[in-house]
Amino acid sequence: MTEHISVLLIIIPLLAAPLMVIINSPKFSWLVSLGVTLVCTYLAYILMTDIQRGSEVHYAMGGWAPPWGIAYLIDPLNGLVTFIVSLIALSTIIFARKSVEREIDSHVIPLFYAAFLLCFLGLVGICLTGDIFNMFVFLEISSLSSYALIGMGKNRRALTASFHYLILGTLGATFFLLGIGMLLAATGTLNMQDLSMLLPAVENRPLLHTAFALIVVGLALKAAVFPLHLWLPNAYTYAPSTVSIFLSATSTKVALYALIRCLYDVFSFNYMLDSWLPQALLLVGTVAVIYGSWLAIGQSEVKKMLAYSSVAQIGYIVIGIGLLSDAGLRASLVHIFNHALMKGMLFMVAGILVYRLNSTRYQSISGMGKRMPITFGALIIGALSLIGVPGTVGFISKWNLAQAALAQQQWIVVVALLVGSLMAVIYCWKLIEILYFQPATKSRISKVEQGGDSVARMPVGMIVALWSMALLCIYFGFNTELTLQGAQLAVDALFATREVLP
Amino acid sequence: MRDNLILRVIAKALIPVILLYAFYVQFHGDFSPGGGFQAGVIFSTAILLYALVFGMDKAADVLSDRVLIALASGGVLLYAGVGVASLLLGGNYLDYNVLADDPVAGQHIGIILIELGVGMTVASTMLLIFFTFARRMVIR
Repeated sequence: MTEHISVLLIIIPLLAAPLMVIINSPKFSWLVSLGVTLVCTYLAYILMTDIQRGSEVHYAMGGWAPPWGIAYLIDPLNGLVTFIVSLIALSTIIFARKSVEREIDSHVIPLFYAAFLLCFLGLVGICLTGDIFNMFVFLEISSLSSYALIGMGKNRRALTASFHYLILGTLGATFFLLGIGMLLAATGTLNMQDLSMLLPAVENRPLLHTAFALIVVGLALKAAVFPLHLWLPNAYTYAPSTVSIFLSATSTKVALYALIRCLYDVFSFNYMLDSWLPQALLLVGTVAVIYGSWLAIGQSEVKKMLAYSSVAQIGYIVIGIGLLSDAGLRASLVHIFNHALMKGMLFMVAGILVYRLNSTRYQSISGMGKRMPITFGALIIGALSLIGVPGTVGFISKWNLAQAALAQQQWIVVVALLVGSLMAVIYCWKLIEILYFQPATKSRISKVEQGGDSVARMPVGMIVALWSMALLCIYFGFNTELTLQGAQLAVDALFATREVLP
Repeated sequence: MRDNLILRVIAKALIPVILLYAFYVQFHGDFSPGGGFQAGVIFSTAILLYALVFGMDKAADVLSDRVLIALASGGVLLYAGVGVASLLLGGNYLDYNVLADDPVAGQHIGIILIELGVGMTVASTMLLIFFTFARRMVIR
């Protein structure tokens, strides 16, 4: 049965999405999405634990044997990332119902959920597949549906943000596809395992170097790695709240997973070691941490601040990849998990602000801290986690990353980590000061029905989703068994394949 | 378009031929070049021609948005459903061999059903895109 789980994770959303469009009822769509994400999270959990216990899953699509057909190959790395994506999708859907009712016109709600499930399907597919062209196809499925999702935002600037993302995203996908084409030309295969066997034979050809550069740049664009992050802030700011939560927590992470997979698994480790890439990744990551944090300090809008903070956090993950060590990669993977948790939660806070106050600008939320203790209590946990205070998930990943950097005596990176954390203190404190230490201004809030239910009460789904994420943030800050060991197993699996190579 | 006699007569003569050709490409897809995607596009051009010559409203009477959306989603469901069927019959996802007693016949059945799903989705999606944009022009 575990054999089929890998493909079920993709089939279930694929069947549910068109069904919702045909039935066309908002409430039904939400229920179906909830069911689908619940089942998928459960399946992903089974799959992950099963893989971590040592079984291997190879799934040949359509019964065609791997080098020719599309094969799904699950190892601890993609098992872990799949589980993260499913978990975030589940909590987003729990959060979503009221928020979507408020922000999306009722006649497109079924389409919204259908696009959401397709996006989820694409992200899971990127993780599970062992075929590099199939990975591109899933990348396109998730991207196309996320363009549509972002464009559904209430603010009209959502359309420009979505279009901007569309242009840059398509550019990234095209680069990736060109790279794949060149790999196919060089080796005649698309299967990743097969590629990693065949590539050493053609290692010194310019064609391969070009393919390498194209794939790295294409995926970095999708992952919003520093100089290629320009689409991210506006897309996350103007998208509907539900979409910001889901995309901020998963889409860049999955692109980073694809990058890790291509760098460590497809191209051999030694190939990357000889190239300019590790140094470049370290440099880019370091700059991203400082630059993203710096811009986050300057923002006066919660969602935009969080988006720029994401740019910085992606920098940490990139640094971990660039360190080229066991510990560095482990820190990256842990941070992929941890950052998904905390950023998802913080965007949920922003979603609640949109729902209740119809604004996320600093001016209009000043002094709200005492009035919305449940919401902002979670925000404080998230902020502490972003800073990296012990007892939260942020500390675990930063501690690991700092240790990895120290072990290699990359002093600049260590300094950047510290400065980045200090800057996180500044931008988080700025928000907390406005919430708790400034007098409330009432006049700025507009378009909220006075005395309506929505201002006074928070929907149960939102509280449940927000606080379960918040508690997970603390739980994984103390109990690192699942995250650290999962990441360690994933790293072991990646480096194990390296030793098989000639 | 009342007065464009030539246009109307030619369109009426051409549309059945185009539809027939679409079906040919569709059902011959497993023997020769062609298949669902091409057939879907050809099929949609027939309706498109009808809409251009006789007007949007008449075309929409035949194929309303609701029907088109149902067809588009139905195509995806058919595609995924064939995969699920092969899964339930004990094969891997989209393994057509198990669809019939004879593996070759199974492959035929599988590929025809899947191409049918692709054709439905492509044809109706093409028309939906056309109707959506055309309607915007009319409203302006």
